[in-house]
Amino acid sequence: MSKSFDLRRARPWEVALTVFALSAPLLATFTLPVDGGFVRKAAAQDMQKVDTSKLVTIGGAVTEIVYALGEGERIVARDSTSMYPEEALKLPDVGYMRALSPEGVIAVNPTALLAVEGSGPADALAVLKSAGIPFETVPEGYDRAAILRKIDVVGNFLGVPEKAKALEEKVGAELDGAIADAAKRPESERKRVLFILSFQNGRIMAAGNHTAADGIIGLAGAINATEGTFDGYKPLTDEAVINAKPDVVMVMTRPGAGSTDEEVLAHPAIAVTPAGKNKTVLRMNSLHLLGFGPRTASAVSDLNKELYGKPGNVSQ
Amino acid sequence: MSLNDAMRGPVARRPFLMRAAGGQAAGDRTAIARLTLCLLVILSVAAIALSIATGASDASAVNVIGALLTGAEDTALSMRDRIIVFDIRMPRALLGFLIGAALAMSGAVMQGLFRNPLADPGLVGISSGSALGAVLMIVLGGSLPAGLMLALGAYALPLAAFLGGLLTTLLLYQIATRGGQTSVATMLLAGIAIAALAGAVTGILIYMADDKQLRDVTFWSLGSLSGMTWTKLLAAGPIILVALLVVPFLSRGLNAITLGEAAAFHMGVKVQRLKYTAVVAVAGAVGASVAVSGGIGFVGIVVPHLLRIVIGPDHRYLLPASALLGGVLMLGADMLARTIVAPAELPIGIITALAGAPFFLWVLLRDRTRNGW
Repeated sequence: MSKSFDLRRARPWEVALTVFALSAPLLATFTLPVDGGFVRKAAAQDMQKVDTSKLVTIGGAVTEIVYALGEGERIVARDSTSMYPEEALKLPDVGYMRALSPEGVIAVNPTALLAVEGSGPADALAVLKSAGIPFETVPEGYDRAAILRKIDVVGNFLGVPEKAKALEEKVGAELDGAIADAAKRPESERKRVLFILSFQNGRIMAAGNHTAADGIIGLAGAINATEGTFDGYKPLTDEAVINAKPDVVMVMTRPGAGSTDEEVLAHPAIAVTPAGKNKTVLRMNSLHLLGFGPRTASAVSDLNKELYGKPGNVSQ
Repeated sequence: MSLNDAMRGPVARRPFLMRAAGGQAAGDRTAIARLTLCLLVILSVAAIALSIATGASDASAVNVIGALLTGAEDTALSMRDRIIVFDIRMPRALLGFLIGAALAMSGAVMQGLFRNPLADPGLVGISSGSALGAVLMIVLGGSLPAGLMLALGAYALPLAAFLGGLLTTLLLYQIATRGGQTSVATMLLAGIAIAALAGAVTGILIYMADDKQLRDVTFWSLGSLSGMTWTKLLAAGPIILVALLVVPFLSRGLNAITLGEAAAFHMGVKVQRLKYTAVVAVAGAVGASVAVSGGIGFVGIVVPHLLRIVIGPDHRYLLPASALLGGVLMLGADMLARTIVAPAELPIGIITALAGAPFFLWVLLRDRTRNGW
């Protein structure tokens, strides 16, 4: 009766299968291309001229730039972060930029995909590429040069370099104005801003280096209160909040969510900072502020105005 | 009652696995089980076919396969449809089915092995180990030598998750084995500790992660069948398939273990061997599944419970039925995930948990009234 458990005879077979199973990932890695498509398409790869008549745009800034170039009618669908301008909201939404569905994107019949750096997942993009949908990645960045580069990349991809040049000049001039205006503020007068990404149960997620928040605070003539002590968004301890000595606490306005100014100011660590004592909580639209698209100049001057009062009013 | 009968399906004392069995005769049960298996095979084929036929786009699987058979001309549109049907839907349907089958069958094996209705690959830390491997790759992959990353390509993440699951299982086995004896209780407790440890290390990595990596981790942990390719099927499929083929050989041993390890041992079951094979098979299947799909919960725990109500606790039927129903439910959940918000897509883990958790509660309450505990 124990013979059904006597697997000794099956052992070589078992071992062989196990070895095969364990080596399968490695075997496949070296034998198949990453995008491993079953249907081979030779034609799509050789395509020289990209048809950009029907676009899917991924990333708020990218969508905004296409509209700003006056080419908005080419967009057939956008991602969920593309909420400006108003017309974009009427288009089909293919989901969050980092969780794209390959078939969903193909379903809207695009001829090309224009995506901000960091869109994905990589597998989905690989499948789209193998399906012959060319895509261009727009580099992300949080300064003046990055915005102009985005416009340049989008304009070239759409085949409207002259319009892109014009937009770059206009946006560049606006940015120069706003940034120069903000930069006139003397170092000693610059306010320290603590950007709070989320505030839940008194837990503060603050912006560090290499974030859109850090970028816009710098451009607007202020100092990120965390001053480069860490990268990205991190939860802060109470002591770190006190050490940051923010003059202003900045939170995002979000529809139907978030905490009230009272809740933020009641936080024991914030209460003892200059911001807590002077009760200066700033609320800004995150989309406008952190988008780093064509409207950033106005975001810079808006933030500057909110921080220091009248625009351009530097030393008085 | 002969020993042989006892091994097929324990009847005399009814441990927890038998509660749902009620008082029906064993003969009826066998007939019902066989009928259920037949129905599940038909359902599986239907689910795979339906999964290939539906999606966000209007690509017609019938037309594409028809065109292929009749050798019709390639037009741009039919090429698009071909890619959708063959390169997007087909690997997704097949791999989705395998993953559902692997998770459900692993749940059934774990519950039988540990004689614990709550046992699940998640409970003994295998899923946490896989998750740790995946998160390690997402957060620290960038600092690995570029050549290595290039060689691994799209495989880096699945491979890391698979290794994480396997290493966790081996560690678990080492801890739980003393002098050739594996203690199930130790294994269960060690599993909880390892899961906590893996969770903590994952937490440290999440803290170190930047904004972008954090979002990758979040979406990965919600689970998705999006972006399934033939390459992934070729990588994860064989491992899962081996487990699915090996595990049914354990059913008699698992039946015997229902009476207790000592009793099973005296019936001639090689208990150590059984436990070792079961744990390795589960680690392989779950590790490979988690590697390609991320965290998809509740399939492993709900499916075996549902089936025990219908076909009873005999592992000879329970294991294959769990695999089939797991696959069918996974494809069902996936079809919902990719059509509800089309052209976008919901993470499938949300759907399995949303449907699975209330159902599990219902089974619990139902059993409670029936058995008065």
